Amino acid sequence: MVYAIEARSTRKVYGSGSFAVTALDNVSIAIRKGEFFTLLGPSGCGKTTLLRMIAGFETPTSGQILLNGQDISTQPPNQRPINTVFQSYALFPHLSVRENVGFGLKMKGRPDAQIAGTVERVLSLVKLEAMADRKPQQLSGGQQQRVALARALAPEPEVLLLDEPLSALDLKLRKEMQVELKRLQLELGITFIFVTHDQEEALTMSDRIGVMSAGHLLQVGPPREIYNRPVNRFVADFIGETNFIPATIAGGVATVAGGARLAVATDAPTGDHTIAVRPEHVRIGAEGDGALPATVGESVYFGTDSHVHLTLADGTAIVARQQSDATGAGVLAEGSRVGVSFADGSVQVLED
Amino acid sequence: MAEKSFSASRIPGFATTAILVFCALYLPIVMLVLYSFNSGDSVAVWEGFSLKWYPLAWSNEQVRDVTLRSLTIALVASVVATTVATMAALGTTRRKKTKGQTLIYLMINQPLMVPEIVTAVALLIFFAAIKVATGYQGLGYLIAAHSAFCIPFAYLPIRARLEGMDKTLEVAAADLYASNWQAFRYVTLPLLLPGIVAGMMLAFVTSLDDVVITLFVKSAGQDTLPTYMLAQIRRSVPPDVNAISALLLLLTVIMLTLFFLLTRKRD
Ligand SMILES: Nc1ncnc2c1ncn2[C@@H]1O[C@H](COP(=O)(O)OP(=O)(O)OP(=O)(O)O)[C@@H](O)[C@H]1O
Ligand SMILES: [Mg+2]
Repeated sequence: MVYAIEARSTRKVYGSGSFAVTALDNVSIAIRKGEFFTLLGPSGCGKTTLLRMIAGFETPTSGQILLNGQDISTQPPNQRPINTVFQSYALFPHLSVRENVGFGLKMKGRPDAQIAGTVERVLSLVKLEAMADRKPQQLSGGQQQRVALARALAPEPEVLLLDEPLSALDLKLRKEMQVELKRLQLELGITFIFVTHDQEEALTMSDRIGVMSAGHLLQVGPPREIYNRPVNRFVADFIGETNFIPATIAGGVATVAGGARLAVATDAPTGDHTIAVRPEHVRIGAEGDGALPATVGESVYFGTDSHVHLTLADGTAIVARQQSDATGAGVLAEGSRVGVSFADGSVQVLED
Repeated sequence: MAEKSFSASRIPGFATTAILVFCALYLPIVMLVLYSFNSGDSVAVWEGFSLKWYPLAWSNEQVRDVTLRSLTIALVASVVATTVATMAALGTTRRKKTKGQTLIYLMINQPLMVPEIVTAVALLIFFAAIKVATGYQGLGYLIAAHSAFCIPFAYLPIRARLEGMDKTLEVAAADLYASNWQAFRYVTLPLLLPGIVAGMMLAFVTSLDDVVITLFVKSAGQDTLPTYMLAQIRRSVPPDVNAISALLLLLTVIMLTLFFLLTRKRD
């Protein structure tokens, strides 16, 4: 299969000698055509660096970048059919919205009539026809964001790179733009590589997510897989909230402190490991009957649900998420003793 | 803010000092302009209002001659200096940092740091050698000298503008299929233009105003406006020189106002 974008053992080291920073360490990734792919990771993990190498602003220290199976590692950015939506938008302040959007086509030497037609079409795609003659400074943040998007889409790139394009927007606008971006991507069928450090954004928008940390790619998969089957503690912790409980695994059974036995995947590694359970999979019931004994701590009310803090027999603190009821009758008294169990198939064994 | 920060305006005597300094700076200029409208020919006794010195100055063929020469030199020198300064500014801000950069920076700004008289003597010796070798006596020497010492005046505002420019814009241009030249032509240059015009005007005014280097470099009969005026006031200040000064002042004020408007941060 030919991938839209591939990175093969790509390394990037900034600086040299004692100032060397390894921003990206042997990252291999394959992104499919027409896919909405998200790079997710904490600040400084190398997301922008990877994007810049795909765009051509940076050359890999070693390894390759491939576009449609062709090595483009050393091709300058103006020869790559890849466009970027910059985090700061980087709109040309001396050009109107129309000229900004038409810039790529003009540089490609397209005739004026064709440019005008495409610009009109793309502007209507992002609902900015009315603003065509304004300068970028005369637009709101959300409108500038859409101009940046239109400018990157107008030359009809094969791959669109988006570096945290929504991070400067307020929550409401952000949600709107998430829907808008997803709609555009489906409509145009262009490969999107989207960078964010917002896990919720990644989960709602992506076909697949690549989770990065400290220059490494830890896990690649669809949102459900990343959320439900994190490969290690970092991924489990970074995506959503997770309870970590030490356990001894043998033959598909995890034994936790206090002697309670939990079913896990039969192919799970044996020995002393950590198991992970999402708060929404924690059930609180009566003591006994194979449940883990626990003491109820503080409950924090969040509207649709509450977080109940619990302490297990060995002192491990966990959190359960409970649906709120209308009367508040179900609120557990602090200090009461309960039994905790986990939903079927919700217990994950982490290797590290 | 809870804590009072340091403010010079609270130093005792600040206002008085400020007023005195402004008087020292601007009273002579006010006098100059005022006496260019004096109907008598003294620069000390006011004899009534008159505009006669302006046409009188212009009817003097020598005045016209030196004015034209000054403007020619200033125009050519400022264009040359600005072109060189623009390239130098691009070279010092748009390339990877290298070890020699500070040295280059110092070399570009040399005319600001070396006493003008030193540059003047050096140029005199240098050009004398060329004159002997080639026999050329023309205006070229003055133009070359002015171009050289005007470079830093053009360089500084251009460099400031380049450094204030968001480099992501040039990256974005490259991302949108612009070649190096296109990125410069359609993004860098238009955004740099106010800096270039400002630099050119500063260079123009600097050239127009120069006395020391011009005195050393000029051949016989190559007086510029400042050196001509200097020669005229050896004995007394003729009122027509006063009038010319007032006009020069007007030109400078216009240029500096434009300079201010162009370099002022927009938005
Ligand atoms: N030009 C550079 N020179 C030296 N180090 C750099 C350079 N650019 C990035 N780095 C370093 O490389 C690492 C990765 O940076 P990168 O910008 O790719 O992170 P990021 O994942 O995009 O982070 P953020 O979410 O904060 O944008 C960081 O440690 C950063 O300090
Ligand atoms: Mg980044």
